[in-house]
Amino acid sequence: MGRGVDAMNEERMTIFSPKLAARLDALTQKYPLKRSALVPMLLYAQDEVGYLSDAVIIEVAERIGITELDVRNVATYYSMLRFKPAGRFNVQVCTNISCMLRGGYEIYERFQEELGVGHKGVTADGVFSLEEVECIGACCWAPAIQVNYDFHDELTPERVPEILASYRGGERTHA
Amino acid sequence: MPRLVSHPDEVKIVTRRFGKGAAKIDKYIELGGYAAAKKCLEQGPEWIINEMKASGLRGRGGAGFPTGMKWSFVPKQSAKPKYVLVNGDESEPGTCKDHLIFLHDPHAVIEGTIIAGLAIGAKMGFIYLRGEYRYLLEIMERAVADAYAKGFLGKNIFGSETEFQVITQTGAGAYEVGEESALMESLEGKRGVPRIKPPFPAVVGLYGGPTVINNAETIATVPHVIAMGGAAFAEVGSPRNGGTRLFGISGHVERPGVYELPMGYNLKKMIYDVAGGIRGGRGLKAVVPGGSSTPVLLPDEIDIGMDFDQVGKAGSMLGSGGVVVIDDQTCIVEFALRTISFYQHESCGWCIPCREGTDWLKKSLTRFHAGFGETKDIDNIQYLAENMMGRTFCPLGDAAAMPILGFVKKFRKEFEEHLGGKACPFAKHVDLAVV
Repeated sequence: MGRGVDAMNEERMTIFSPKLAARLDALTQKYPLKRSALVPMLLYAQDEVGYLSDAVIIEVAERIGITELDVRNVATYYSMLRFKPAGRFNVQVCTNISCMLRGGYEIYERFQEELGVGHKGVTADGVFSLEEVECIGACCWAPAIQVNYDFHDELTPERVPEILASYRGGERTHA
Repeated sequence: MPRLVSHPDEVKIVTRRFGKGAAKIDKYIELGGYAAAKKCLEQGPEWIINEMKASGLRGRGGAGFPTGMKWSFVPKQSAKPKYVLVNGDESEPGTCKDHLIFLHDPHAVIEGTIIAGLAIGAKMGFIYLRGEYRYLLEIMERAVADAYAKGFLGKNIFGSETEFQVITQTGAGAYEVGEESALMESLEGKRGVPRIKPPFPAVVGLYGGPTVINNAETIATVPHVIAMGGAAFAEVGSPRNGGTRLFGISGHVERPGVYELPMGYNLKKMIYDVAGGIRGGRGLKAVVPGGSSTPVLLPDEIDIGMDFDQVGKAGSMLGSGGVVVIDDQTCIVEFALRTISFYQHESCGWCIPCREGTDWLKKSLTRFHAGFGETKDIDNIQYLAENMMGRTFCPLGDAAAMPILGFVKKFRKEFEEHLGGKACPFAKHVDLAVV
């Protein structure tokens, strides 16, 4: 999050990259009421910064024209929004009914073993974090997971190391 | 990439463009796309609503409300702008049909939104996708941009004097937002708590204006209804249940997948023929017929047609069409626990019976499954669930209570087998029960 002079909008100091700042500017123009941009804005900001830091909340509140408290009140409702950093690659394992029936918990256990962390844990090097999540809408291709926004389906525990390696090796990039 | 499946009994209407590259606008047009919207522009609102009424199309989100009737409730004159809101917050466990629609046929969603807008006199439509569907949102956004570039959206759609704008929106993780009033709250940038009804969205909806809210599958079906004619669409289904449905069959079957079958298709056949029967030649224990909120059916209760009325008569609901098949090696108490854990996690906390009820049910079932249950707990679980029913603003309370009531009533014996400090006969995940 380079905060150099170049990155600053003439009218507004921003903590975001020029690309994201432009995207957020466009978002506030998109709806009949500006406030409708709030949830997407928080998610896109989190994608870049990694989590909803105080600085993110301050800037989003200012962009929408509401209080920080109001932003926090909304943000705490949504399960994808977080207030602490996750790993660069956030592994989300679905264990809901359709995935559970086809071995979702075995997949989750294997990720726990491979990463050495549990629910909402982050690896020491900050590369991965792990989360047990509710249904991600891949029930017919269970068991399924998401790494950031990528889906991986019809998994077996044996495939867990190769999935992790494909991210660790940098073949895949952050969303 | 989610696997596409096929079966000879399928009637491909909504899925006919799947796997054919129709996410690209030129391909979509080549395959007959946007002709229905043009026709609707010529014919006008009354004609559209009559076709929709004749089609017998009922809401694919779960409630099964007749679409044509829903549209006709929107007042013709309104001081405030009217809106179309497409519910793509697909989150009911067991349901992944909209996933495929957004992936393979995004323009059908746009075209259906335009038609709904023409029917009710709206100039703006919103397509709301759950936050986890980011790659699908990107596909939708590209499709919307292409539709603008062709002049199918904008100030003068298809070169006419009519305006229609489409805005895409992402959620950020919340099952509750799939409820229509919570969906509007979320789209207005608030916590997704439900609104009390009345007023209904058709009168006071998004930004206070009259709003039609339809499931993504319903909207994607609309252009096909117009293309083939309402009466012909109705013919495909069963009485009062027009057309086909995207049934997502998951769990312990040989060939899980999303299959497009006529409404009223036999559930037993769906499991044993279409999905290839129970995996590994095991026995069938139970079927959840329409997503996790619908009460369970026993093997001798599945010789029924899958439409809203017949499944209702069998004591359950067609719901979202997500059929979850459970084999005889599965612990129903654990299944019930995983189900209530979900609802406990997703309850927004606005209504006390839901907030407290889901939490107490989860606690009771956790203890029960771990072998610390008592006989009176079984009745208590039933009592808790019964007292949630009908006592909340939105249907999440019912959605949590209904399946639990079904499990306790139909599998009481299996609950009793967990009594007396005995370990679960199927136990594998006892220690993982505290999600």
